[in-house]
Amino acid sequence: MAKDQLNAQKNYLNEQKGIKSWLFTLDHKRIGIMYLFAIMFFFFIGGVMALFIRLELIRPEEIVVGADTYNQLFTLHGAIMIFLFIVPGIPAIMGNFFLPLMIGAKDVAFPRLNLASWYVYILGSVFAIYSIMNGSVDTGWTFYTPYSSDTGGAVISMTLGIFILGFSSIFTGINFIVTIHKLRAPGMTWFKLPLFAWGTYATAIIQVLATPVLGITLLLLIFERVMGIGIFDPAMGGDPVLYQHFFWFYSHPAVYIMILPAMGIISEVISVFSNKKIFGYKPIAFSSLGIALVSFLVWGHHMFTSGQSELAAMIFSFLTFLVGIPSGIKMFNWMATIYKGSVSFDTPMLYALSFLFLFGIGGFTGIMLGALSVDVHLHDTYFVVAHFHYVMMGGTVMGFLAGLHYWWPKMWGRMYSEYWAKLTVAVIFIGFNMTFFTQFIMGTKGMPRRYHSYVDQFQPLHAFSSVGSFIIGMGFFIMAAYLLHAMFRGKPVGKNPWGALTLEWITSSPPHHHNFERTPLVTDGPYDYDRIMVENDKWIYKDQPVEKPDESQEKVEH
Amino acid sequence: MDKGESFFLPAPSSTVAGEVDALFNFILIASTVLFFIVVFGSIFFAIRYRRRNGKRQYTSEKAHNTKLEIIWTIIPTILVVIVFFWGFSTYLKMHVVPKDALQIKATGQKWFWQFEYKDGASSTNELVVPVGKPVEITLSSTDVIHSFYVPNFRIKMDALPNRYTKTWFEATQEGTFDLFCAEYCGTGHSKMIGTVKVVSEREYDEWLENNAISGEGLSLVELGEKLYTSKACNTCHSIDGTPNTGPTFQGIFGRQEKLQDGTDITADENYIRESILNPQAKIVSGYQPVMPTYQNILKDREVDALVEYLKTLSN
Repeated sequence: MAKDQLNAQKNYLNEQKGIKSWLFTLDHKRIGIMYLFAIMFFFFIGGVMALFIRLELIRPEEIVVGADTYNQLFTLHGAIMIFLFIVPGIPAIMGNFFLPLMIGAKDVAFPRLNLASWYVYILGSVFAIYSIMNGSVDTGWTFYTPYSSDTGGAVISMTLGIFILGFSSIFTGINFIVTIHKLRAPGMTWFKLPLFAWGTYATAIIQVLATPVLGITLLLLIFERVMGIGIFDPAMGGDPVLYQHFFWFYSHPAVYIMILPAMGIISEVISVFSNKKIFGYKPIAFSSLGIALVSFLVWGHHMFTSGQSELAAMIFSFLTFLVGIPSGIKMFNWMATIYKGSVSFDTPMLYALSFLFLFGIGGFTGIMLGALSVDVHLHDTYFVVAHFHYVMMGGTVMGFLAGLHYWWPKMWGRMYSEYWAKLTVAVIFIGFNMTFFTQFIMGTKGMPRRYHSYVDQFQPLHAFSSVGSFIIGMGFFIMAAYLLHAMFRGKPVGKNPWGALTLEWITSSPPHHHNFERTPLVTDGPYDYDRIMVENDKWIYKDQPVEKPDESQEKVEH
Repeated sequence: MDKGESFFLPAPSSTVAGEVDALFNFILIASTVLFFIVVFGSIFFAIRYRRRNGKRQYTSEKAHNTKLEIIWTIIPTILVVIVFFWGFSTYLKMHVVPKDALQIKATGQKWFWQFEYKDGASSTNELVVPVGKPVEITLSSTDVIHSFYVPNFRIKMDALPNRYTKTWFEATQEGTFDLFCAEYCGTGHSKMIGTVKVVSEREYDEWLENNAISGEGLSLVELGEKLYTSKACNTCHSIDGTPNTGPTFQGIFGRQEKLQDGTDITADENYIRESILNPQAKIVSGYQPVMPTYQNILKDREVDALVEYLKTLSN
């Protein structure tokens, strides 16, 4: 019965039909869904490559692939995961789908630009796939010169692909900045913005300002390879370390493109599932902006052993510690939000707690790497590999999964199996720590990264790490199964299964084409859990004891 | 476990290693304490204030506490400032070379390290240094970027193709330590592994003398066999037929090889000599032209020795 109701209800999924209605859609929600499938496809490819890498590393001798293939595998794993999954991931999927809903807008500011960004993403990924099919790349995802200046393979098509992907990222960034400035619903002041919007806003600033530098750098690399203009290759009079400066000028801020939106999701999820006002709204919002600005000034910490001057190393080290403080403040704020809350342990909250745990470890190991003398020992070892997986996977991917489970019922109007979802959290959490905590130990013992084979003493640790990675892989398989099942067969949900107060929850699930029947008038804050409670889609105000639907909800109903 | 090895760190074997480890342990302990407070604090609160019977409660409107917020900003800031100065001061020590340091030149190339000592002594992939004396390593590369990394000494420095970089260390104990290339450099990156052999000063002087007259008293074949490993031929060429980056040496002498341009060639003395000194001249089909030249690395007699050694490696 309920199922029929859901299908009868008009929503963005069934209002128009046919493949064309998707390919030419200007609806931010549909574009978000198209991004979801494209990006998840590459996440799968990148993940399978990771499993092959781990399989090869079980023993020091060759098992499945030779050194050259291995070098291509870790290059592609890195390039795909960074440029095709984690950079666009949260902004393009969840930003697209939920940012307009959360600020009470009908769409993003430039719907056509939004659709264009998806096609540009696909075009860029086609170049990347072409490169993989035609000789591939073995440079590492960082494309360090002069190795990348004269190695064989399809470096040009890969870098061109990433150059194109950069435009997709810039389009999304511009769109979000303008959307947040101009399309907020009446009453939605800057300090009534949900924190996810603040995170997305800070991210968009970096996307717009930093991505062009990567584009120019890769273009220079292409010029060098094609036309023999010496820029980075010393054989032609260039300077390879200059490349590192250019590259990290983008790629360090890019780390914050990856983590800031995830922190936004964590702020939402912790507040909703603690049913409590977020602690330190302004510090969290401003720390996102602060991180975004300072992140432009720390790139040199990737180069402490590259022979740069001691003075430069000192300044970069100091600024690196500065950028760590705001992240620490956020952690304290989240803890204080949970304190005296009314906490439920639904799947999104479990991912948020996993985030605190794993990102905490990722953050503290970042302090070790920021300390100059310790970094000299740890640089380019498995310690770095473990550190950025704790930050990127333990941080961003946990945030992504928290968001995916939090918003899945809103996207499809159906709920996944809580049983399987909770089981999967446990599987991924255990597998993740087995895989990557082991790598911290290998790193401190001196195991360099990007090694196809290694000295015998590391064998037991490598084998253990590999077993962990297979457990993670299994977790994602289960997840894919129950999420896809939920899409078609899940139990239908109401508007607001979690009792959240942000605007995407006052409209139907899934939302209809124009998001809201009427423009919502915002009077309450996004986290006013001290005086508003939602039970069974009814907004109950503390000072008005009689159950009465929320004002904004009324507007949607009529 | 070696002496001094801890759960995380290998045995400290240079003068700066102890300082690096002390800072590492300081951060480890401070982080663990903060981690327990924040993360286990959050988990504890989540359980302590869990929703009972699935019923939501109205919660406190408090979302701000100036005193608390100042505390949790100031304490981490103080900690990182300590860590910053501590790390920087050891880093400076790693970079300021003592005046009386021994000078050794190290050259990284795909995929081995070549070391040049005073008085013309040289070695490949095995760096020999005296214990208790500061040693300055001047690094460069002939091709891509490599990185000179000795975990036990806690030092690492990139070797660049267009400028010299320097690092130094003073070994505190005798022994043999791993030397890794830490900057990705291609096919043989993970085989670019050498050793640092720390010996007493007397042994070091002896070694220098013997090295300068290297190979005297050995037959050509014996010398060739030594060079096969000491000059890192074994990184890319097997002697048991296993395929590797380069063709196997098993049965190489007199073998018919198909070259990339389609012609056939017999591997005789002249071909082998040419392939050592000018490796790109004739590439065997199916292999990449990646071998570096051994011109200026091998003496004439050493090339002869390798040729004679290869002759003995019949099928």
